[in-house]
Amino acid sequence: MLSRSASNLYWMGRYLERADFLCRLIDATVRLASLPASHGGAGPAWESAIRSAAVDDGFLARNLPMDEAHVGWFLTLDPENPSSIRRCLECARSNGRAVRTSLTLETWEAVNDAWHEVQRFGTTIPDSTTLVRIAETIKDALLMFDGAAHRTQLREATYWFLRLGTTVERADNTARLLDVKYHLLLPRTEPVGGSLDYFQWTTLLRTVSALTAYRWVYRESVKPWLVADLLIFNRAMPRSLIACLEDAVWLLDQLAASRGRRGPANRIASTSLRTLAGSNIDTLFQSGLHEFLVDFVGENNRLGNAIAEQYLF
Amino acid sequence: MGVTARAFDETYGFGPYPDASGAGPLFGGDGAGPEVRAAYAQVAAWLRSAPPELLETRRRQAELFFRRIGITFAVYGDPDASERLIPFDIVPRVLAGSEWAVLEEGLTQRVQALNLFLADVYGPRECIRAGVVPEELVLLNPQYCMAAVGRRPAKDVWVHIAGIDLVRTGPDEFFVLEDNARTPSGVSYMLENREVMLRLVPELIHAVSERGGLRPVETYPETLLETLTSVAPNHCGAEPCLALLTPGIHNSAYYEHSFLADKLGVELVEGSDLFVSGDVLFMRTTEGPKRVDVLYRRVDDDFIDPLTFRQDSVLGVPGLVGAVHAGNLTIANALGTGIADDKAIYSYMPEIVRFFTGRDPILHNVPTWRCREADALSYVLDNLHELVVKETDGSGGYGMLVGPHATSEQREQFAARLKANPQHYIAQPTLALSTCPTLTAAGIAPRHVDLRPFVLTGANGTKIIPGGLTRVALKEGSLVVNSSQGGGTKDTWVLDGPEVGDMTGASTGPFEAEGGDIDGPFPGPGGLD
Repeated sequence: MLSRSASNLYWMGRYLERADFLCRLIDATVRLASLPASHGGAGPAWESAIRSAAVDDGFLARNLPMDEAHVGWFLTLDPENPSSIRRCLECARSNGRAVRTSLTLETWEAVNDAWHEVQRFGTTIPDSTTLVRIAETIKDALLMFDGAAHRTQLREATYWFLRLGTTVERADNTARLLDVKYHLLLPRTEPVGGSLDYFQWTTLLRTVSALTAYRWVYRESVKPWLVADLLIFNRAMPRSLIACLEDAVWLLDQLAASRGRRGPANRIASTSLRTLAGSNIDTLFQSGLHEFLVDFVGENNRLGNAIAEQYLF
Repeated sequence: MGVTARAFDETYGFGPYPDASGAGPLFGGDGAGPEVRAAYAQVAAWLRSAPPELLETRRRQAELFFRRIGITFAVYGDPDASERLIPFDIVPRVLAGSEWAVLEEGLTQRVQALNLFLADVYGPRECIRAGVVPEELVLLNPQYCMAAVGRRPAKDVWVHIAGIDLVRTGPDEFFVLEDNARTPSGVSYMLENREVMLRLVPELIHAVSERGGLRPVETYPETLLETLTSVAPNHCGAEPCLALLTPGIHNSAYYEHSFLADKLGVELVEGSDLFVSGDVLFMRTTEGPKRVDVLYRRVDDDFIDPLTFRQDSVLGVPGLVGAVHAGNLTIANALGTGIADDKAIYSYMPEIVRFFTGRDPILHNVPTWRCREADALSYVLDNLHELVVKETDGSGGYGMLVGPHATSEQREQFAARLKANPQHYIAQPTLALSTCPTLTAAGIAPRHVDLRPFVLTGANGTKIIPGGLTRVALKEGSLVVNSSQGGGTKDTWVLDGPEVGDMTGASTGPFEAEGGDIDGPFPGPGGLD
């Protein structure tokens, strides 16, 4: 496969995953913001959304009020924000267009449709309902994409590069999201029942579509350290850090098998997975959750760079 | 010269109806009105039986199909419409097998002449010595490519892929409007338009196949692959590595590039995917460098190698020309073919065809005034209102003046440009392009069309897929069919079988019996509002 095509597929995967994350973040934040400020709603909810999306610098530079109307718009339709859903889909589509022939008709149509969907909303958001509708619509369009890719793409390099982009982006998103809220996740001495932080935790779980999953896994009320455990160490949870690393290792193995040799990216991914698997939530809390997350994001970037280098992007 | 003021209608021939003031619907329900030519019999019957809503529904379905598959093109200089859909008309344009046979022979002759001409002007230059073409027009022509001088491409094929633009003015009169010998585009529409017709009007195709059938176009990719493989450098084994070079996703024909690469099963590459080492071309793949033997390039000479041509080009590959000259790489089309589709050279094509093939040209040339000649220039300036003036190296309908449709102000501005740089222009009479029935907002109405068949030449001769790109000027009365100027496309049907039959059944002859008082076939402007 052309290295440029591999790069296009990888980045298409990344951009689509990012758009999906933003949809879920907005969805969860709208719910949180509907609570009184004393419950962490209103303004702080949107500030936290901006930080979770790791676009705080870009937003502050625009000098806009930190409220739903502005943050919501910035994250969804703002044509100037390189990380808005609109721009992510635009980039995903142009990457897809550049490798049009590697995609099945269904997969291409799905990414093309997602882009047309967001285009239909224009560049302004008249009301809250529309903001929610954008998130819903795009989320659906992206589910369609995943389904099309899963059902129709050949299981070969094309698909693996696409999924690799998804996985690397997903690990990054989960780690950043956790880091923004890490102070809320630390175990405390005071009783947790009825804490106002409850809404913060459930918001976090919702953002990664894990609220129901949490209940199935732990069968108890939402406790912050278990939220962290679920999103870092639970292999069954598709957005957890360890699941992302497992996926990355597997995908890189497939690529290595088709190419006949392994490279630095394979080693970085396996090492990260081994290290993480050898740890647990208590150890992490002792050595510092924040430090761990910062390291993880750094390692994940290193993995991204190694992939680019290994496959000559 | 065979050019008439009145347009030939491909459905009816020269009927008595262009003045359709009291018009009724085309293909009127009772079958009254002028006789339909044999080739259009099934189409006419289908249009008669199909309710207008159905046609409109089908048209919308076609549009949806094209948008979904992303068959769009970019319009230069129009940021709002960077990805527009070329309007598609669901009424096919039909050519009888016998009509096609003539075209096929004429096109083969013409393209063979183009190839021989190129071999000659970059080689012995006999046609110049014989006075067929003026020396300075060749040697001082901006399209004359110094890098090709004294070179011979593999198997002596220069123009592997040609798109010859034809217009029709009468039952047996086809004129060549332009030869496209560089990187002609549009073949994806030939293929996709057929696909959409097969899906949307199966009943019509079925009716046609009962009467002899519709010749398929789907063999084009296969034939192109054979053509490209046949001209691979000698070092290659049975399976040379082919790639298609595109300028990238911002090019107006990018969809076509990706479409063709897909159908050919070859990599679609950009300049940055390629590099030359030791006069061998490689592409960068995830498995490491891979050698490329034949490059179907859709990038013009000027941009293809910054070491040889424009230094600021990032679309090409440094050293590519060296790889070609070392015999390690074949590029299609060869370097320097621009001289063959230069519009000033065009005017000499009848002489060129005669000189190289020893026969009279089967396809006519449109009479052309070369503005570089003083007499011609003054004639053109005096008659701007009835001429079409084109840049000799222009394409795509950009930078041309359609005299009869221009305002006097536009004509004055154009005249100034013409006087400043006469050698840059040629002029031609406004031809009465033939018309075809076309679905418009006001029902079926005649619109002007042209035709671009695609001619493939490899080591084993010249092949033409029966069909081509029919472009249609959707605006009433307009003669400009270019997609960048609001034109649309139609599927082009070549029927099987040699039967000529200008009229259906036992024709009673020409139309005078009907007189001018009966319903003409075409609604007048706004007639159905």
